[in-house]
Amino acid sequence: MNAAAARPTGDVLLYLNGVTVSFDGFKALNDLSLVVEEGELRTIIGPNGAGKTTMMDVVTGKTRPDSGEVFFRGNEDLTRLDEADIANLGIGRKFQRPTVFENLTVFENLELALADSRGTWRTLFARLTSDQRERIEATLSRIGLAGDSGKPAGLLSHGQKQWLEIGMLLIHDRQLLLLDEPVAGMTDRETEETAALILDLVRDRTIIVVEHDMAFVRSLGAKVTVLHEGSVLAEGSVEHVQNHPRVIEVYLGR
Amino acid sequence: METLSYPHQRNPWNARFWTGFVLSGLVLGLLVPLLNRWVAPDSPFAVPDYLVPLLGKYLCYAILALSLDLVWGYAGILSLGHGAFFALGGYCMGMYLMRQIGTRGVYGNAGLPDFMVFLQYKELPWFWWGFDHFAYAAAMVMLVPGVFAFVFGWLAFRSRVTGVYLSIITQAMTYALWLAFFRNDMGFGGNNGLTDYKDILGWDVHLSETRLGLYVATVVGLGAAYLLCRFITVSKLGRVLLALRDAESRVRFLGYSTTRAKLFVFTISAVLAGIAGALYVPQVGIINPSEFSPGNSIEVAIWVSVGGRGTLIGAAIGAVLVNLAKTWLTGAVPEIWLFFLGGLFVLTTLVFPRGIVGMFRQLPWQRPRRASSLAAEPPVAAEKQT
Repeated sequence: MNAAAARPTGDVLLYLNGVTVSFDGFKALNDLSLVVEEGELRTIIGPNGAGKTTMMDVVTGKTRPDSGEVFFRGNEDLTRLDEADIANLGIGRKFQRPTVFENLTVFENLELALADSRGTWRTLFARLTSDQRERIEATLSRIGLAGDSGKPAGLLSHGQKQWLEIGMLLIHDRQLLLLDEPVAGMTDRETEETAALILDLVRDRTIIVVEHDMAFVRSLGAKVTVLHEGSVLAEGSVEHVQNHPRVIEVYLGR
Repeated sequence: METLSYPHQRNPWNARFWTGFVLSGLVLGLLVPLLNRWVAPDSPFAVPDYLVPLLGKYLCYAILALSLDLVWGYAGILSLGHGAFFALGGYCMGMYLMRQIGTRGVYGNAGLPDFMVFLQYKELPWFWWGFDHFAYAAAMVMLVPGVFAFVFGWLAFRSRVTGVYLSIITQAMTYALWLAFFRNDMGFGGNNGLTDYKDILGWDVHLSETRLGLYVATVVGLGAAYLLCRFITVSKLGRVLLALRDAESRVRFLGYSTTRAKLFVFTISAVLAGIAGALYVPQVGIINPSEFSPGNSIEVAIWVSVGGRGTLIGAAIGAVLVNLAKTWLTGAVPEIWLFFLGGLFVLTTLVFPRGIVGMFRQLPWQRPRRASSLAAEPPVAAEKQT
């Protein structure tokens, strides 16, 4: 059960200390501290408004914290970088609502996600190498969209869009993936497949999953952090947090 | 060029493309001069002299529309200030043409243009230095709008001003320039602007040969501008632009600097608009502050949406057709022109969101087009499909 939690190497990959974010007086994050180790799979749960999405916004540079520190790999201060810089450090994010580029084909969506130069000038003269093309095709078969490669992504089903988005994270080989409700709107079967995919992926990277679906959280069997009103309420195995009296009171009990 | 290794896509530089490009170039660039010079004036096929600068003017507008389509149709930046870049390029050319007048002005002053003598200037202001030389003026035609757009765009895109807000500040920009250029002490001829040109590169601007030369230069400019825009839009950068038009923050999270990509096309686009303005001024014979009027920039957006945005060719077609209608209507029934223009805009927005070109591509006998890149469809269309 705790295979994922036992494996971390002990190197801290992501370190948040005393992070506070307020919007018009409302504290979305209140002195949040969180440590995620390299190679870890971490699930984050919490009721609506607990600060889960804001936490991801802070890590990916979308929101600047009012106070506190956020470090990646020990010395990269994420509070000083913008979204593009952070993405290039190796932090990928999947949004709650699947956001693929609807007017581009499935193939082109993956092409943009390739680990390649991001410079404006370089993209103007970029040519797809046969190596890159093979990578895209390998990813297409892995996410089950090989037959839809020339389709505009806007024509995919909801579940297919989620998979395409995961494919876009896969192809880049990022060190840390943040998945915001990856199974929202998926069928049971798609949910199972996604859980298997995440467990497969975490073998060579670190993943943080924000999720509402407790059955899915249980199936991942990873260390759980419970957020409440912008700070950590409890942390530990699924059993530990489910039996935690405060957690039962604010979240699971209701 | 070699075939790109993209599946399901036609090579954007295939023989079919080049055939169409060269044929349109020949029709515009060779047929018109032939019909003007070597066909008897009373023949029904003759292109009379007065028509040449008029056609040239339409093609300048086509370049301007192309430049707007690059930023609006592909990157989703609805600039309502492109008329300002056009006018800035035009003023640079106008300054060169003013310096060519020499002693032939009313006051016969070789050192100062007439309006400066009238306003009792003692010497040529520093920003007029160098405009005696064509090469310098030609460089300024590109540099002035380019640098202006770069600084403006840098401030706007860095602060993440997008959508309607960006459109509004571009309107404010052209409005501010409009007011500034009206002032006599700006040193650009105030309300009257710059006019009464004599020569360009030693050729009398009133000669029909010169006008034909300017017309052909405009055709070449349009062709070059089209190739440049197409090169940008079919590149990977073009796909980054389409992606950021639809989901900008997502593109940032992929690691692309959307600010830089937008700044790049915005600057290129302003340079193209400046070149269009510079080709326009010697053909119409005047540049004055009215070119900065906010309405002008809005009209450009109408040409593009009528022709079909995100298609490049549609922008050029829209510019020519709407201006043909304008020339005809403002002559025949001037009072309905603005109603017609407004109605056209409402009609294209509601009924033909893809414009004329988009409408043709949807015709049942058209082969199905590949999904994206070239046939970049406005987001409206994508929503209907899903």
